[in-house]
Amino acid sequence: MGKLFGVVLAIITVVSAGFIVAHVWWMPVDISTIGPRIDRQLDETMLATGVLFLSSQLILAAFAWKFGDDKERKIKYFPGGGGPLIVFAIILVGMEILVLSFVGSKVWASIYMTPPEQGSLQVDVAAEQFAFNFRYPGPDGKFGTVHPERVRDGNGNFFGLDPENDVDARDDVIVGTLTVPLGQPVALTMHSKDMIHSFYVPELRIQQDIVPGLTIPLHFTATKVGKFEIVCTQLCGLGHYSMRSFLEVLPQDQFDQWLKSQSGD
Amino acid sequence: MSSPEPAVHHHGPPQSFIRKYIFSLDHKVIGKQYYGLALIAVLAGLILSWLMRIHLGWQAAAIPLLGKLSPTGAPGNVMTPDYYLSLMTMHATLMIFFVLTTAPFAAFGNYLLPIQVGAEDMAFPRFNMMSFWVTFVAFVVLILSFFVGDGPPLAGWTSYAPLSSVGGVAGPGQGTGQTLWAVSIAIFCIGQLLGSLNFITTTLDLRTKGMSLARMPLSTWGWFVTSVIALLAFAALLPACVLLILDRTAGTSFFSSAGLVVNDQVLPHSGGSPLLWQHLFWFFGHPEVYIAILPGFGIISTVLPAFARKRILSSRAVIGCMVSIGFLSYMVWGHHMFVSGMNPFSAVLFSLPTLIITIPATIMVLLWLGTLYGARMRYTASALFSVGFISVFITGGLSGFFLAQPSLDTYLHATYFVVAHFHFVMALAAMFGIFAGTYFWFPKMFGRMMNETLGKWHFWLTFIGVYCVFMPMHYLGLAGNVRRYAAFTDNYLAPLIPLHRFISISAFFVGAAQLIFFFNLFWSRFWGAKATDNPWEATTLEWSTTSPPPFDNFGGRHLVVYHGPEEYGVDSDTLEYVMQTAPEQIKTT
Amino acid sequence: MASTTKVPPQRQIAPDLTSDGQRMGGSELRGRSRSAAVGVAQNALPAETGIWVAVAAISMSFASLISALIVRQGVAPDWLHFQLPRMLYLNTAILLASSVTLEICRHEFDLRPDFNGEESRGDEAAARAFPWLCATMALGLFFVLGQVMAWRDLAAKGLFLSSSPSSSFFYVLTALHGLHLLGGVAGLAYVLYRFRPNADPQQRGVLGVASVYWHFMDGLWVFLLVILAART
Repeated sequence: MGKLFGVVLAIITVVSAGFIVAHVWWMPVDISTIGPRIDRQLDETMLATGVLFLSSQLILAAFAWKFGDDKERKIKYFPGGGGPLIVFAIILVGMEILVLSFVGSKVWASIYMTPPEQGSLQVDVAAEQFAFNFRYPGPDGKFGTVHPERVRDGNGNFFGLDPENDVDARDDVIVGTLTVPLGQPVALTMHSKDMIHSFYVPELRIQQDIVPGLTIPLHFTATKVGKFEIVCTQLCGLGHYSMRSFLEVLPQDQFDQWLKSQSGD
Repeated sequence: MSSPEPAVHHHGPPQSFIRKYIFSLDHKVIGKQYYGLALIAVLAGLILSWLMRIHLGWQAAAIPLLGKLSPTGAPGNVMTPDYYLSLMTMHATLMIFFVLTTAPFAAFGNYLLPIQVGAEDMAFPRFNMMSFWVTFVAFVVLILSFFVGDGPPLAGWTSYAPLSSVGGVAGPGQGTGQTLWAVSIAIFCIGQLLGSLNFITTTLDLRTKGMSLARMPLSTWGWFVTSVIALLAFAALLPACVLLILDRTAGTSFFSSAGLVVNDQVLPHSGGSPLLWQHLFWFFGHPEVYIAILPGFGIISTVLPAFARKRILSSRAVIGCMVSIGFLSYMVWGHHMFVSGMNPFSAVLFSLPTLIITIPATIMVLLWLGTLYGARMRYTASALFSVGFISVFITGGLSGFFLAQPSLDTYLHATYFVVAHFHFVMALAAMFGIFAGTYFWFPKMFGRMMNETLGKWHFWLTFIGVYCVFMPMHYLGLAGNVRRYAAFTDNYLAPLIPLHRFISISAFFVGAAQLIFFFNLFWSRFWGAKATDNPWEATTLEWSTTSPPPFDNFGGRHLVVYHGPEEYGVDSDTLEYVMQTAPEQIKTT
Repeated sequence: MASTTKVPPQRQIAPDLTSDGQRMGGSELRGRSRSAAVGVAQNALPAETGIWVAVAAISMSFASLISALIVRQGVAPDWLHFQLPRMLYLNTAILLASSVTLEICRHEFDLRPDFNGEESRGDEAAARAFPWLCATMALGLFFVLGQVMAWRDLAAKGLFLSSSPSSSFFYVLTALHGLHLLGGVAGLAYVLYRFRPNADPQQRGVLGVASVYWHFMDGLWVFLLVILAART
């Protein structure tokens, strides 16, 4: 029975790892400036854990194969006892932890702990059950003031603006698709009007919860033209699965044109 | 206040049915009651997971009778997205609280801990009885939510505010259902606090003569460390639940932020903090993971040597690892909140201790592997589940490396990668521990052997099946498949549906394999072969008494312990193993 | 499967393991000899350990609430500062007095030599201690009553549970502490019930356990009062 276990476990191990190595199901292409660093971090972690996975599962399989209930064999103890194993584990895992967390923290810091670049495109994001809305400051470069009590989905006032009394609010561009220029830094300022939502674009490799009551910043720079999905990853109610929007990356000239056409009407 | 009743059965076993089987003070009966409750909960949780998997594979599938259970949740027997979320919430709540906490910790711990330390009962038998019945009430309150208003809550087992804290306006099930959830969990906390109080006191005070801490079996150590974690974790969750209930029912604003606009309606709350709930919840929630898995460490470390016929490589190191994991579990709750909007600097601070936990975990795995080296392993069903435990624990532990790093969590957070990770490391490992323990201790608990052939079939189908179910979830996560989705309507998710169907079909097989276990359990209970007192030739105290043990565990004998808990393979031709109660003259190291 | 060719020899050496469940001696005797076998001090009560475990759990609960209070105060500008009802300071004095009466009760309960040099009898000790125990319980109930009056005082000023997070925490903390204290009163009532006949050493242990809890509730209240006074 031990031999069978060894064989089954070895097959499971190799097949499981095979799908990873072959990248049968894998991350979509990255489209952001920080993407390559995250992908590299993931590859390195995958390599380290892959080696540990294969070696430990196969050792378990080999031991199960070899050390069954064989009356002829005398029981043997692991050479050197537990001490060397413990030292080995502390050094091996300790090194791995130090390397991973040192490199990883730098990547993390570059996304979440640095301010957006000067002159980033400012976009205000309002999340609600179950949609994202995006607001651009318009030609005057200023956002109108938000009044939560004025928020009405019915008349499309997702941000609670007051154009009658607020000059800045009059030219604000409000759209349902996040359109950004290629290669330009974008700084999002995110709010939620009801539940916790989350802004996730797999291609950008970033995810950030949007918590009601807090103003949450996030910044990125897109490096490829195309249309990508923005999905909500924080359970926000019955329509959670359908809460999505699109990120459209346009070349700078097309973007300028688009913004102009939006603020025109 | 504590009941100062000494833990001695003054008047012999009770005779009436109610005192003997229902409101029993006997830790053995209470242990079986907990096990029975866990069986009911696991069956319910399993059926819910089947329903979820049907829906995820085939969105339009009509599920017979589901419309009867909830006409609004499944009109025409087809599940609505919100009912999917309700079932998911109930699956997780039932499994985590009423299976993974009750079965390995409360059930086995109650039955075995007093016997393994040589006590006649728990320190406070009355509190012990209350612990079970309070837990039972919590279970009933939770199940009630299926039958009220708009059905069970849909906020997930984490019940993040404000979805959970603003009431019925947030969606179906967020009215009465969510209130019942919060009340149920608060009651559950009280039950487990009473249980932990008993476990800790019994271990400290009621050990028999010669049973030093170093001679305690590793399973007892597992329950002991777990009870310390549980005591502090549930003590922290209880007030959080009280605050949540007040936010829901009394209009307070602990977690509900100001200016929430739901359905064009401005809610009256003022400046509460949704992140406060997350901090309080995960301060409990992360230790809860170890409440589920630590008894498994102990059970495996006790079962493995018994079948390997040799000592575990270093039992002191195993104890040290369990204690340090328990300690570290209180310093890492923030790793559930890397992208929650908390200060990104604290993500770095929470990441490091999270990664450090892998060190004691790795040490334990290596010690188990080292124990298998050179063993003469008897591959019974229990032994198979023990080595299976090591395998699933390795798999689940390694995916933790990814999630512990904030820079990778930005991509993998809230994807199926997380689902794969916690099912392997918590659910599967704990379930394998429960199965190993059940096959091992069933003869002691019921005086009959379980059927080994059925047990082995159960193992093979389960072991292969769970890898088919949960391994592909890693791939889904890497492809960016978001969890807690009732349907995959996004363009990039649609190509992944075939993989979801494969997982669903595997899940039906794994679930069906558990029916073998249920059958085996009930068949063996009545018609299994009679068990001897020590069928596995094991050494700990429970094997020194009859199967099943008498009312006071040792028939009035006062055991004196002279030996360590795992004196197997003693190097002599005449002495294959030495029981803990064997006379002092026998020399063991 | 579970069989070896070797016969484990300790089956012969070890004491007969297949006991038929016959009891050795009466249950009273077993009770006593058992605690000797445990190797803990004679007459030790598990409750003497258990009470500290309970103290740890309750401390954790209140620590959780206090940290929630601190976080919640810092997170939003809706924290309303208010004057604590003066009643609370009187209540504090009552509760502190109850700890003193409980200590006197414990002192009286000790079997000690009287002026003739003879050790006093258990029933005499019980009779001496009895009024002090009743006084402690009464002071405890007065305290809870005083807390309720403090609530009414606050409510008269228009501060209710949901008025402000500060008042919410005030009500929650005082209510939970009050409930725990009522548990303590019930515990003392149980001691009283066990008291009646005699002051035997085991009952002294029970009283000791109850007093650990009582003093803890006392100390916890002073701590809560300091927090509330500083924060609200």
